[in-house]
Amino acid sequence: MKADPKGVLTGEHYLDGDHACSEGAIAAGVRFVAGYPITPSTEVAERISERFPEVGGIFIQMEDEMGSMAAIIGAAWGGTKSLTVTSGPGFSLMMENIGLATMLETPCVVINVQRGGPSTGLPTLPGQADMMQARWGSHGDYEIIAVSPNSPQECFEMVIKAVNLSEQYRVPVMVMTDECVGHMTEKVVIPPADQIELYPRRYTKLPPGEYLPYRVGKDMVPEMVKAGDGYKIHVTGLTHDERGYPDMNWQMQEKLVRRLVDKIRLHEDDLLDIEEMQMDDAEIVIFSYGISSRVSIPALQKARREGIKVGLLRPIICWPFPEKKIRQLAEKMKAFVVVEMNYGQLYYEVERCACGKAKTILVPHGGGWVHDPEDIYQAIKEAAK
Amino acid sequence: MKAVDTLQTQEAAEHPMESILRMDRIPHIWCSTCGIGTAVTAFAEALKKSTIPLEKVTVVSGIGCTGRVAGYIKLDSFHSTHGRAIPFATGLKLANPELKVVVFSGDGDISGIGGNHLIHAARRNMDLTVLCVNNFIYAMTGGQVAATTPLSANTSTSPYGNFEQPFNLCHLAESCGAVYVARWTALHVRRLARSMSEAMNKKGFSFIEIICPCSTLYARRNRLGSGLDLMKFYHDNSVIKHGADTRELEIEYQKKIVVGKFVDRERPSFMDAYNTWMRGRLKEKFVEHGGPQC
Repeated sequence: MKADPKGVLTGEHYLDGDHACSEGAIAAGVRFVAGYPITPSTEVAERISERFPEVGGIFIQMEDEMGSMAAIIGAAWGGTKSLTVTSGPGFSLMMENIGLATMLETPCVVINVQRGGPSTGLPTLPGQADMMQARWGSHGDYEIIAVSPNSPQECFEMVIKAVNLSEQYRVPVMVMTDECVGHMTEKVVIPPADQIELYPRRYTKLPPGEYLPYRVGKDMVPEMVKAGDGYKIHVTGLTHDERGYPDMNWQMQEKLVRRLVDKIRLHEDDLLDIEEMQMDDAEIVIFSYGISSRVSIPALQKARREGIKVGLLRPIICWPFPEKKIRQLAEKMKAFVVVEMNYGQLYYEVERCACGKAKTILVPHGGGWVHDPEDIYQAIKEAAK
Repeated sequence: MKAVDTLQTQEAAEHPMESILRMDRIPHIWCSTCGIGTAVTAFAEALKKSTIPLEKVTVVSGIGCTGRVAGYIKLDSFHSTHGRAIPFATGLKLANPELKVVVFSGDGDISGIGGNHLIHAARRNMDLTVLCVNNFIYAMTGGQVAATTPLSANTSTSPYGNFEQPFNLCHLAESCGAVYVARWTALHVRRLARSMSEAMNKKGFSFIEIICPCSTLYARRNRLGSGLDLMKFYHDNSVIKHGADTRELEIEYQKKIVVGKFVDRERPSFMDAYNTWMRGRLKEKFVEHGGPQC
């Protein structure tokens, strides 16, 4: 289905990443946003609160992030696409209910404009250290999807993509941007609504009585209903059967949790979204995402000028991890240079998938500022030795 | 022979609440003489008499003994996380204002871990009915001290008696802005059911505290006898006082319990206030949220 033209600001704009996220959400058909103010993500909520009354959406500033996350899950079951936005400390508070969204298989989106941590850390300065938390920050075993935009234009596009993926896989999707991308202002082109494809909610066609909330077909994703349609469903965060009824034993746990994991892991090929730059003849790959991928470009160019065959691989979808791609590259590449604003998060995934077949070098950064391209260049030179 | 036939016919007859309960989930997990079942019966009674179409009524529970209510009611029902039933219900209601959303949960869930949501939902006059079963204890986890445990009562984490001042939930709800506040015990089944009907028909934030016996943990640890003894206690010690000043509704250990309807007032609900305000400010640019959008 196509986007509703009423919400889409078609044209060229000069927007920061946060505001572009808001416009992406509106274009994607999100009409319920619950949030709690937190730097550097607040501008997303501010713009939503201004725009929503004109497009029939409801914004509510909740009392905390636990409430925000719970509210967007409730709203999704009420039949409205929903989203929340936060940064590190708020992301931590959302974790329990992100687990609930995963368990209930609720389509919803969480935007995390990452700042430096741990704890209060660097509220106004960038970080990329919530990547593992995005993956497994809630207790128990599960898989989610996470995207990482590196420009305001991509913030717009990735929020739409996140909403679509959340509908397709019925899973919470994390948009892992960062303070730099959130606060940088660039040209954002918003296409006409009829060029924005939306994934419709997977409502069942079965009548009440025949429908089971958690019966799945081959793609492992159940069909949904919304409250008020007469299905009288029960859903619970307890381990449950196809009817949605609690069934707490190891056999049901195996069946349910394995499916929650597999419905993402086994779709890794469909969920591969990477950008490649100068990879044709590359022997060394810079692996980087978000703002760090842009800071890596001057280092790549400098190394290229010196004849080093280096390319850039940017995962746009970070979770599920592009495992097969890294394994294939490891067969022919000399080294991976991983550039991220933490002390090794996606790096260890790269190292695991490279399996010792290619060298892996981390260019770490604690956050608060971006990498010095010189440090990345030095790592490329070391890799080329 | 005839008597046996009658008995068999009776056995085959429908449970009187079958239209409201998920009979395929019975037997329930509650202990015998627990008051939660009585509260559920009163709720089922209220629903049967209600003119609200049942497919538009939704129940949201949190975690705990009362948290299991959502699982037994044959309506769209959601068993959420500990303390978050009210914000979950808030999202549900705002996504589809046509729904009648009832939060059915315990004192620990609603006033302990979820206390922040309780006060803010009341402040906003969110259009929700909150049914809060108060058994004075964290029962699901084995009987620990709660924000509602009366002074001096013994629990597994207050083995020398509770020295913390408990919440006066009705006063809290009123102070924060609830438009309907009542308290009943599990003994007052008819009044409770009537009160639930009133609360569900009230626009805005309605709150009912339901004092319930927990014989397995609260009564046993405090040597108060059986669940039946607690019901006798309610019979002898509860005083109906409609319109009572909620400041005077504190519950002291094994002292009188004031019950009744204390607050019934008018104030624009969140959704009404939102629509009125935005239309006033944005004029024809305002687009009202018209229910489910996907």
